[in-house]
Amino acid sequence: MANFFSDNKDLQYHLQHPMMRKIVELKERGFAEADKYDYAPQNFEDAMDSFRKVLEIAGGVCGDVIAPNAEGVDHEGPRVVNDHVEYASGTVQNMKAIVDAGLSGLTLPRRFGGLNFPLVTFVMANEMVARADASFENIWGLQDCAETLNEFASEEIKEKFLTWVCEGATCAMDLTEPDAGSDLGAVMLKATWSEEKQTWLLNGVKRFITNGDGEVSLVLARTEEGTTDARGLSMLVYDKRDGGVKVRRIENKLGIKGSPTCELVFTDAPAQLVGDRKMGLIKYVMSLMNAARLGIGAQSVGLCEAAYREALKYAHERAQFGKPIVKFAAISEMLSNMKAKLQGVRALLYETTRFVEVYKQYTHISHERSLEAEERQEMKFYTRLADGFTPLVKLFASEYANQLAYDSIQIHGGSGFMKDYACERLYRDARIMNIYEGTSQLQVVAAINAVTKGTYMEQIARYEEGEYVDAVKPVVAKLVELRKKFEAMIERVETIDKEHAGYKEFHARRLVETAGHIIIPFLLARQAADVEEYAQSAKIYAKLAAGKVEEAYSYIFASEPEDVELFKAVESEE
Amino acid sequence: MKQLKIVVLAKQVPDTRNVGKDAMTPEGTVNRAALPAIFNPEDLNALEAALSIKDRVAGSTVHILSMGPLRAADIIRDAMFRGADGGYLLTDRKFAGSDTLATSYALSCALKKIGADIIVAGRQAIDGDTAQVGPQVAEKLALPQVTYVEEILDIADDKIVVKRRLEHGVETVEAPLPLVITVNASAAECRPQNAKRVMKYKYALTKSEIAADAEAFNAKMAASKDYLQIVELAAADVDPDENQLGLTGSPTKVKAIQNVVFQAKEAKKLSSADKDIEELMVELITSRTLG
Repeated sequence: MANFFSDNKDLQYHLQHPMMRKIVELKERGFAEADKYDYAPQNFEDAMDSFRKVLEIAGGVCGDVIAPNAEGVDHEGPRVVNDHVEYASGTVQNMKAIVDAGLSGLTLPRRFGGLNFPLVTFVMANEMVARADASFENIWGLQDCAETLNEFASEEIKEKFLTWVCEGATCAMDLTEPDAGSDLGAVMLKATWSEEKQTWLLNGVKRFITNGDGEVSLVLARTEEGTTDARGLSMLVYDKRDGGVKVRRIENKLGIKGSPTCELVFTDAPAQLVGDRKMGLIKYVMSLMNAARLGIGAQSVGLCEAAYREALKYAHERAQFGKPIVKFAAISEMLSNMKAKLQGVRALLYETTRFVEVYKQYTHISHERSLEAEERQEMKFYTRLADGFTPLVKLFASEYANQLAYDSIQIHGGSGFMKDYACERLYRDARIMNIYEGTSQLQVVAAINAVTKGTYMEQIARYEEGEYVDAVKPVVAKLVELRKKFEAMIERVETIDKEHAGYKEFHARRLVETAGHIIIPFLLARQAADVEEYAQSAKIYAKLAAGKVEEAYSYIFASEPEDVELFKAVESEE
Repeated sequence: MKQLKIVVLAKQVPDTRNVGKDAMTPEGTVNRAALPAIFNPEDLNALEAALSIKDRVAGSTVHILSMGPLRAADIIRDAMFRGADGGYLLTDRKFAGSDTLATSYALSCALKKIGADIIVAGRQAIDGDTAQVGPQVAEKLALPQVTYVEEILDIADDKIVVKRRLEHGVETVEAPLPLVITVNASAAECRPQNAKRVMKYKYALTKSEIAADAEAFNAKMAASKDYLQIVELAAADVDPDENQLGLTGSPTKVKAIQNVVFQAKEAKKLSSADKDIEELMVELITSRTLG
């Protein structure tokens, strides 16, 4: 009777954030549906009570069904039968439990059968599912594709597909192709309008498609004959029941083996256009990717939680030299750092989620009525923060998932290298997280503008203005020092970059990471006002962060403009 | 076919999984305060069987009937979260100290009032392990009974076909409605609580619970909607012969308590394959044999 919500105080803490009141009121449009649906909330407290109860159900499904199935799913994996995917038996059980528990369409409007829950709760559920089995999170978490349909598709498409998703249909986003990975502008899958059938027909190949045989697929395709770049691409939605797509193979992967990664062949597969032509990559994929990046952030935090718990448990059980190994300084330091990183990156995840949530709600409201000037300004404010923080959370969470999985095996010692403990699966599962939905390197590209345009610095200034309890005042003082170093780093990089193109790109990762290393401990320090215990993690994280910032600082200040050329020399190596 | 009225007999029991040294009182009775109260496991299998009938026969209803203190309303709510339409709580000081005879008498009186086409009960409760209440209820209502049911195979207007799990094999039985069936732990596990149902029914209360704090938000919500009211029945509401209730109606006296020694009753052959071992573990944990 394990419950991944009830047993996780840190997760529960983030549901209590004061901004939730605003978020719930926006999402519920002033509780307009209170009398229309028997499960709609009457007021804020009622809504919060429902969130807790439903997250407890999700936590129970994760603890009692999905987690016990994880090892079997990893072992068995999915297979291709008659051109379609057959999930591992544990995955089928997981899916049934999730659908029976009514956890589909969590964030979708009630008129389609959804729960109309805030994104924060979806991210929490995602995190718990990933802690139980990261591969299953991929399948379940893809329901956020439906949010893109909800935002951009016609009422007719929404009616059909969103209702289906709320009943438990799974989704896929078919973007990448053999020659179009990070560079999606090169997508070649063809969509042609058939006058005869009065539908778009898809022809071509997609590759590396997670849950490629899902019931609802969002497909990026070339609708404009003769084009070769992003401007010729549109977004279409494909219904599996219509046929026309075959699964050619499932990739044999290092990790997340329960999640089918498919190569798909489209042969005259009928599909409907979503939104406007030519906006596929420019607008809709960007929306999909932002949601997906937050999703991988949640998946990574879930994996961090699992890795930390496995390590902590083993460190208490395993005795050497007459005492449990947790009593050795080398181990307790590792565990403390793991915990600080876990809590820190979770704080960043929910801070980001709240930013995304507010601007998304204003976007939806703006489709219903025109926004007041003040609302428009607020929407702009949160959009800017969401754009800056989303790549940051993806970058930090996925890198930490890898670090924590690595440390978890280290704490297990030789046993951790064997297949007998869960930490080996976590290690393999984590490895993709800083690669898919945009590599860490691409997150830096997406985030660097937030460094140079001041988004992070303005937000850091807001954190600095906050009130802090005495226990963390030294931490805050240290962070102010680090912020000053950060300013100096930015100034140096910008100045040199003006003369030597490529210098900023060369140091981009150091700058973006420095922003994260300052923001995260601020968040932990702020939490110490509510729960004293967070002061520990704030102090521990700030020590790690100070080391990292100092390193970046000295690297940048020792870096000459010629470094760009120095590191480019490898290009001519064979 | 015609819509069926299905009533599930359920009991709130102390969780015997984590029994510590305070689990028994010096008098040899269960110390209910020291153990968390849960939905009797086999009654959850019974609920699932009832809900599976409801799934097949459109328009049918499933209600819980539970005898116990006020807090037993928790399992009625739990059942509503999982799919039951509502419930009856049979609660009165006069029922205190009931053995199986007095319990089945009180339940049968309530069932006469409620009326049912199918009464489903778990085989036995984990606190008493008697397996007597279901069969006794059937006797008192003069209904046919099928015990040890593992699966509902078919249902038609006037009859039901079920699979029974017995010591030496399985038996397929056809029986006329109305009837009483008792369900084994080997039957399908109960479906989980459903998010929408939890939100819809979370304010369901009995009248005493509403009266306890009538001004509270949840009490007002419960009072405002019919489907949020769990029917509370006192002894007087079910017209009993009071001599057959509670301690007076209970001839059972505990003479001594002994430890149970397990004896091989039914044999099961298991291989050393992971699958078999896992099945055994799941069975032992579900039956509360292992903690």
